[in-house]
Amino acid sequence: METFLQQILNGLVSGSIYALVALGYTMVYGILGLINFAHGELVMIGALVALQTVTLLSGAFPELHPVFLLLAGVGVAVPVCMVVGYLIERIGYRRLRNAPRLAPLITAIGVSFLLQTLAMIIWGREFHVFPQLVSTTPMQPMDGVVVSPLQIFTIVVALALMGGLMLLVNKSRLGRAMRATAENHRVAGLMGINANGVIAATFIIGSGLAALAGVLYASNYAIAHYAMGFTPGLKAFTAAVLGGIGNLPGAMVGGLVLGLVESFGAGYIEHLTFGFLNSSYQDIFAFMILGAVLIFRPSGLLGERVADRA
Amino acid sequence: MTTNSTALPLPASFALDRRLQRPLVILLALAAPLIALAMGKSWVRVLDFALLYVLLAIGLNLVVGFAGLLDLGYIAFYAVGAYTWAFLASPHFGLHLPFWIVLPLGAAFAALAGIALGFPTLRLRGDYLAIVTLGFGEIIRIFMNNLNQPINITNGPQGIDSIDPLTIAGLDLSKDLDLFGFQVSSLLLYYYAFLACVVAAIILVRRLQISRIGRAWAAIRDDELAAKAIGIDTRMMKLLAFALGATFGGVSGGLFAAFQGFVSPESFSLMESIVVLTMIVLGGMGNLAGVIVGAILLTALPELLRHFAVPMQMALFGKTLLDPEVLRMLLLSLAMIVMMLVRPAGLLPARTRYAHRDRRNA
Repeated sequence: METFLQQILNGLVSGSIYALVALGYTMVYGILGLINFAHGELVMIGALVALQTVTLLSGAFPELHPVFLLLAGVGVAVPVCMVVGYLIERIGYRRLRNAPRLAPLITAIGVSFLLQTLAMIIWGREFHVFPQLVSTTPMQPMDGVVVSPLQIFTIVVALALMGGLMLLVNKSRLGRAMRATAENHRVAGLMGINANGVIAATFIIGSGLAALAGVLYASNYAIAHYAMGFTPGLKAFTAAVLGGIGNLPGAMVGGLVLGLVESFGAGYIEHLTFGFLNSSYQDIFAFMILGAVLIFRPSGLLGERVADRA
Repeated sequence: MTTNSTALPLPASFALDRRLQRPLVILLALAAPLIALAMGKSWVRVLDFALLYVLLAIGLNLVVGFAGLLDLGYIAFYAVGAYTWAFLASPHFGLHLPFWIVLPLGAAFAALAGIALGFPTLRLRGDYLAIVTLGFGEIIRIFMNNLNQPINITNGPQGIDSIDPLTIAGLDLSKDLDLFGFQVSSLLLYYYAFLACVVAAIILVRRLQISRIGRAWAAIRDDELAAKAIGIDTRMMKLLAFALGATFGGVSGGLFAAFQGFVSPESFSLMESIVVLTMIVLGGMGNLAGVIVGAILLTALPELLRHFAVPMQMALFGKTLLDPEVLRMLLLSLAMIVMMLVRPAGLLPARTRYAHRDRRNA
């Protein structure tokens, strides 16, 4: 029972991070029908820029409070990622909006590797230790269940961001413009919506969320690295598909479900396969889920769109 | 395939008579390793690898260029071929089967893997397919990395070494051949063996392209719904594309294992899949000549960078700012982006019957 609760908790922590990244994928997909392959790299850039800021600040002012450092790190990382996200759309994708399907996808892969290489040039190949700005001292609310303030913080921040995004999309003027553009660019344009601006805004918001997810991810694993964006990017994509790509609540549900499946899978795979497979196969679950969803329910848990539209 | 003179205006001095082109290419292919040998043995090695990549690129082009199915896990088939060879012809399991058993088996396993990947993904198109194939490639790599416990099958991240070389009719290609007093380097022997495979592949693929199957692929690539409507069995044709493409990967992988004498999961990373894809994109998707040029260019690139970029940086800045590996990744990713934006059809675009229409749309 205790392990069970512990797995749920671990699953929720990673799941809420996946959900944040998945939102970026799903928003862009909903509007452009494009998988922004480079989205995972924004997670990496967010983490590394935050790390750089924190390192510089704490070097200059050693007596600063960690909470302030964290805020400063986020405060720099989010705008930087927003700019990068905007540039990706403006330079990489805008001209290819009416090109054959494969073209923007190949560009996206190129952008993804370009960002990784640039990060490698700037921050080197080594793994950087990400400072623990929120306490990770374990607390024990119940026998056998361990939770740290950082984990609670992660879940709360992620949920708050998701709530904020839902409000933005459903209640604000920009949100209504986004939904209209997703429905049909041209008609939205006729209604006086600046479709290019809305698409840019979508990329910018998604990139900001990715930056925050990057900081949370790096804090939880205490590590930042130039290639760290690949795995969460892929898993978040799986989460987006699982929930129904193009569907915002779907991305959140998909992220949380994926986190839980992974955590349970890693916990129990040894029993299930009689010791043949162990937890080093954890990363396989995401791909298996992805394959299974695409075969049996391509519209995802909450989605209406069909995979064939892609 | 001949170059498309309208798409690629060459200066008059380069615009060779078409009848001259073919013999010249053949002559160049035969003489290339001898020229390279004069520059040093490492260049012959580069050429050998270039041919393996040409084989891979031809196979991937079948899937991506002809049938329009973006496969990002193509290197998995290369891995299947390489590991088949490593299992069946190395001290690892104590098996030493001859190449004419191992190579076809590797190709067959790769084809099976291709069908296994193709079958569940038949309904998917474009970006979904790309991600699922990417996941497939990663799964294969994760298994290779971890299947050393509880039973040691793949020997994990250490990989398998002392793999048997390619031995044709008693001639061990890994040893220099003494031909009437001349020492023929092992690298040269491998070059001509690989060249034979590449030539066979080119002939096969060119026949395939103009066959009913090739035309069916082109139809699916251009408009799947229309292809279905005129009675093409799209499921079958897509599976065939996956299986045949994978076969080339399997053969290339087997040859790689024999040539290298060592395989480990590291050689089969996602980056490798991307590199092969870039070769196709750069050269010209769907055009055999373009794909081959792309493969040769990108295999030679890291060596050229090592030889020229490092000394140049030393001369300019007094130290190496970007090591050749980073520079290579930078150029590869830029190539993908810039090609798609500026010249989506590649350096040597595929010539279609309706090329003029395509150009108007681009």
